[in-house]
Amino acid sequence: MKKKLLGVLLSTAMVATMLAGCGGGAAAGAADAAADTAEEATEEVAEDATEEAAAEEEIPVSTFGDASGTHLEMWTFVELHGQHYGKMAEIWNEQNPDEKIEITCTTYPYSDMHTKLLTSLEAGTGAPDICDVEVGQFPNVVAGMDQWLVPLDDFAADYMPTMVPARMQTYQGEDGHYYGAPYHVGATAMYYNVAAMAEAMGISNDEVIAKIDSVVTWEDYQALGEEYKAAIADDSKYWTSVDTGGTDWLWLAMAEYGDDWTGGFEGPANCQLDSVKNMLSLQQDWLKSGLAQISPDGHVDLEAGFQNILDHNIVSFPKALWYMSRFTNYMPEEKGNWYIAKCPVFEAGQKCSVGIGGTGTVVTQQSANKDLAAKFLCWAKMSDEGEQNIWDTLGFDVCNTAMWTQDSFAHDDNNQFNQFFINYPYDVLNDIGMDNIGKISVVAISPTINEYVCTTTLNEVLEDPEYSIDDALQELQDAVDMEQ
Amino acid sequence: MKGKNFLYSQKVAPYVFVLPFILSFAIFWIYPLITAFTMSFQDIGAIKTEWVGLANYTKLLKDKVFMIAVANSTKYMFFTLVLLIPFPMLFAVLMDSNIVKAKGLWKAILYMPALTSVVISGTLFRLMFTEYKTGQMNIISQALGFGTYKWLKNGWSGMLALLVVACWRWTGVNMLYFLSGLKSIDSALYEAADIDGASAFQKFRYVTLPLLKPTTIYVLTISVYAGLAMFLESYMLWAGNSSPNNIGLTIVGYLYKRGIEKNDMGYACAVGVVLLIVALIINFAQLILNGTFKKED
Repeated sequence: MKKKLLGVLLSTAMVATMLAGCGGGAAAGAADAAADTAEEATEEVAEDATEEAAAEEEIPVSTFGDASGTHLEMWTFVELHGQHYGKMAEIWNEQNPDEKIEITCTTYPYSDMHTKLLTSLEAGTGAPDICDVEVGQFPNVVAGMDQWLVPLDDFAADYMPTMVPARMQTYQGEDGHYYGAPYHVGATAMYYNVAAMAEAMGISNDEVIAKIDSVVTWEDYQALGEEYKAAIADDSKYWTSVDTGGTDWLWLAMAEYGDDWTGGFEGPANCQLDSVKNMLSLQQDWLKSGLAQISPDGHVDLEAGFQNILDHNIVSFPKALWYMSRFTNYMPEEKGNWYIAKCPVFEAGQKCSVGIGGTGTVVTQQSANKDLAAKFLCWAKMSDEGEQNIWDTLGFDVCNTAMWTQDSFAHDDNNQFNQFFINYPYDVLNDIGMDNIGKISVVAISPTINEYVCTTTLNEVLEDPEYSIDDALQELQDAVDMEQ
Repeated sequence: MKGKNFLYSQKVAPYVFVLPFILSFAIFWIYPLITAFTMSFQDIGAIKTEWVGLANYTKLLKDKVFMIAVANSTKYMFFTLVLLIPFPMLFAVLMDSNIVKAKGLWKAILYMPALTSVVISGTLFRLMFTEYKTGQMNIISQALGFGTYKWLKNGWSGMLALLVVACWRWTGVNMLYFLSGLKSIDSALYEAADIDGASAFQKFRYVTLPLLKPTTIYVLTISVYAGLAMFLESYMLWAGNSSPNNIGLTIVGYLYKRGIEKNDMGYACAVGVVLLIVALIINFAQLILNGTFKKED
């Protein structure tokens, strides 16, 4: 009898622990996306790792604006984003006394917020007026198009002529409407450690900068690297590091050739592209010749990557401009050493940058004040006032190009990033130009491609530089075809 | 009158007392279980949901990544059983004996990891196992003259890292289970064994081990589940759900990837149902072999 009872109890316990295991896992996993440096570049997430960890214990809720105004509810996964809207709400109320608003910003952990948003959109109730959506999650949310979200086309119209087009298109729905307002361009640029190069090569900083400025193609880039390697003559020092856990290099290559492996909304996805092959074979050559190493732990946006940069084991790498905040946050010792420049291209005349990462903010159809919410959102993220605050508080390369050339904005010496780097980041952006920033679509198939590339393809091709690129890309294509 | 009868009825009272449990169990466990089962036969889209019959399951059979996840979870479960039953049992016996001094301190040290957040400890272990030369594991291996190693990029060392985290975290908990089991063994039995001239090992083999069996079965059962349902340790060790060549992917990790990251709830539910079935089969087999369901003599 006793044994029977034990049996029954155990069976119950089994089912219960099983379910508890799943539930607990998912919830906790949701909370720790702080550490999630996934390839869709959840840069804001990682940036505020400590804040996110705090968010696990308590959900920060802040209300800004005028209590007598129209109330708007806003969700985000980065507390700093909420503060941006708070600041903007105050300015909005001053400028629009007849349309005052009060905004409540709630910061949830990364996955929690996206799951909550999706569930409430599917259920048709419970969604906030305004919500941040990370670009990697955007395809899931935009799938509901105008049944779920408010098209922002009309509200953004005033700002459109100067907005970086690629960035607006990132948050387009299948129907061609714009559903998300971007924070930043995430333009990819090349970071060079001028101080380390000058020391190794025995020349002045200015001479190094002149050499960097004369780099146009990857061939030039490689030649400069070989010059550096010859000068330093140290096997543990490399020109650059290539990523096994990130797709930034490949995105850049595709943007240069105008390719897009997702195939956009029409599809189908095709990963066997010449641009990708060219970049991978270039990287294999560098690995074989000792010009490049593999980024420790997969990519440069992790602790080991920061240490590698601090140890001057690599002196150049391409990364989006939001990586500037990694320097100020994690590598303050490097102040004054680094120079930002355009990325090299395969053939002169190609685009030389690509927008990576980002967060699009949406207005939901469930909002009782859709028009006001959309108007406020577009103003807060695209107007002069909005962009100024984004640059000052969030430190992003803003999408409204009208700001790029304003001296008081781009050359403000009080700005920490302007102080940190040898040149002004916005000068690089102006040099690139908004039409030269390419775009890779983020659609339903994107997570599948990114995941396979980062777990398998890059590990095959780069960990073993003799591995056939064609074979690796064929395997990738097979895996992708299974899903489409 | 009738109402009073009802309130004082001895037949009804037990049901009233268990009602809160039954209700919460039904609402929070049984209902989601059934829903997950039905959802596994659907394609759940953004706007409309369709019945697709067995399509999710047939796709699952062809899914190589899922097979990797199953293999990883099974391996992990097996090794945690090998490591997390004998050693905690040994520690518990030591704690119960007179050999060890400052028992409270040892127990506290062993139990402490269970109280820390996996999010924090996982991040620390990730930094310890980094392939960069400053990680603890690489400092050790360099001191031993082996040079640096890419711990989290190779199958065996990735599994090793997961097992190190598991042992660090669960040894103390399992030890406590065994300790409570030991406390319930009547000391008269040991005295009797002493009189019969049994050695320390014989006492362990013929008194402790058999009488500890119910505890062992309990620990075994929950360990099978914990092993198969592991997710967070891997998620933290590889700073996300993607590990090189999927060496750290577990079944629940795959479920999370499909359900949350790709918003394909139907397919994720099919993964969940398969996990449940696999776990039930293993545990029922184990319980039947252990004689838990047998009638008592």
